[in-house]
Amino acid sequence: MHEGVIAAKGLVKRFGDLVAVGGVDFTVTPGEAFGFLGPNGAGKTSTMRMIGCVSPPTAGDLHLFGLDPRRDGRDIRARLGVVPQMDQLDNELTVAENLLIYARYFDIDRSEARARAADLLEFVQLRERSDSKVEPLSGGQKRRVSIARSLINDPDVLILDEPTTGLDPQARHVLWDRLYQLKEQGRTLVLTTHYMDEAEQLCDRLVVMDGGHIVAEGSPQSLITTYATREVLELRFGRGRNADHVADAAAVGERVEELPDRLLVYTADGEGSLATLRNRNIVPDSALVRRSSLEDVFLRLTGRTLVD
Amino acid sequence: MATPAAIRIAERELLLYRRIWRENVIGAFVQPFLYLVGVGVGVGSLVDDGGGRAEILGDVSYFAFYATALLATTTMFNTSQEALWPTMDGFRWSNAFRGMIGTPLEPRDLATAFLLTFGGRALITSSGVACVLALFPSTRSLGLIGAVPAAVLCGLAFAMPIAAWTGSRDVDNTFPAILRFVVMPMFLFGGAFYPVEQLPRALETVAWFTPLWHAIELCRGLVLGGLDVGSALGHVGVLGLYIAAGWIACTIVFDRRLRP
Repeated sequence: MHEGVIAAKGLVKRFGDLVAVGGVDFTVTPGEAFGFLGPNGAGKTSTMRMIGCVSPPTAGDLHLFGLDPRRDGRDIRARLGVVPQMDQLDNELTVAENLLIYARYFDIDRSEARARAADLLEFVQLRERSDSKVEPLSGGQKRRVSIARSLINDPDVLILDEPTTGLDPQARHVLWDRLYQLKEQGRTLVLTTHYMDEAEQLCDRLVVMDGGHIVAEGSPQSLITTYATREVLELRFGRGRNADHVADAAAVGERVEELPDRLLVYTADGEGSLATLRNRNIVPDSALVRRSSLEDVFLRLTGRTLVD
Repeated sequence: MATPAAIRIAERELLLYRRIWRENVIGAFVQPFLYLVGVGVGVGSLVDDGGGRAEILGDVSYFAFYATALLATTTMFNTSQEALWPTMDGFRWSNAFRGMIGTPLEPRDLATAFLLTFGGRALITSSGVACVLALFPSTRSLGLIGAVPAAVLCGLAFAMPIAAWTGSRDVDNTFPAILRFVVMPMFLFGGAFYPVEQLPRALETVAWFTPLWHAIELCRGLVLGGLDVGSALGHVGVLGLYIAAGWIACTIVFDRRLRP
């Protein structure tokens, strides 16, 4: 037997010579919100597509609900809800029709589908838009239609690929609120994101992916504790002068990352470090103290920022 | 009772079709009518009265000769176009087919559903042409009833291979060429306007391999008579081969496209 709702071991996906996923191991337990964090091209979407049983693994072992996607794809997909990165809605159809047609793909009968669609549109706060076409909806509304649609078969696992990419901040917060509610209902969520705040808000546990590999795994907090300090002091000395102050900055913190526009000083006490610098007559153009985030974890692990 | 997957996919098509059925059905009557008047009556009067030899056409008027081919050609044009841009939408633009594959449906179900949806479109188109032909004494025949399903086979013999092509494309830049250099030449050389025996031998041989020639022969023979069972089965067989090959190509191409 396989433990977990989803269990992957040595999972590989190659497209010709390109290695999209280079052998990853992970396990998702029931009711957990599990995230794949990483920049574009890290292999997140390829991994998600394998989990969604719409892309056969090149090598390795993958099981969902103890079933093998190579053999039981249909049965597995019947228990999954998928919110793709790009909405795959029928723009010519109404919001409700999109849900009804999708329900038919699962062979849910029409009256049952209508009842479920009404409930789900209520849940995503789009009931009043049931009969309008999808085309004129905003990006956030379309994404909520996609989420409602993905829940039409009452899935055991909901897979979300970059659920809030391309949305404005307000729309993201509405979406997070809905996803958080799904999580509270005990639904298993698997999501990819390159947004740190998203991963921190929604994920119980996550893996950091880079170049097709998993480079770290844990809860958002444990990753921050392990790979970063409590606070970060961001210093800006102006164009071209940041590099001159790396040594000064290193003297007041545990570690320094030099970025093109600023220095990041990793320290337990940001204000304290800044005060020490000022006492030494080193005065940056601007300084900012913030808590460490997964962004810092990623920077530490890969030497690169997540979003260019 | 579980509903077959292909039918559940076709339900989507039906829902979409409900939005455009008026234009589509009217088009099914108007387009053949215009061709019929323009070519059948116009060119027909030249041919029949101007020393044309009726025995070459099989002792029928040019109007009847050409009109019966329209059953096949109109359906061919209609389903060929349907298999290009509207099909591309599902693969590349709205990505609706990708959404489908995330459910228990398989790419193969989509290929099978295409038999239903393109077949349905072909049925509407060829029925429209048949209704128009029933208006004219020289083409009013019970054979029209048999010619409609024959034209549906014609539509599928084009739509299925073309849909496979569409599924394999990343962009639609080759689509006009398919219509200009594949579909259009068949219209011109496939025996719609004159018997293929009038062509140079080499071209005539080519015509035998086209699905359109078989479909025209079948429709014409059913409506105007003079079709023996052996040739009828032969024509149906060739059209069936094109459809089967198209379906198999669709299953392979769709799987690669939707499940990379």
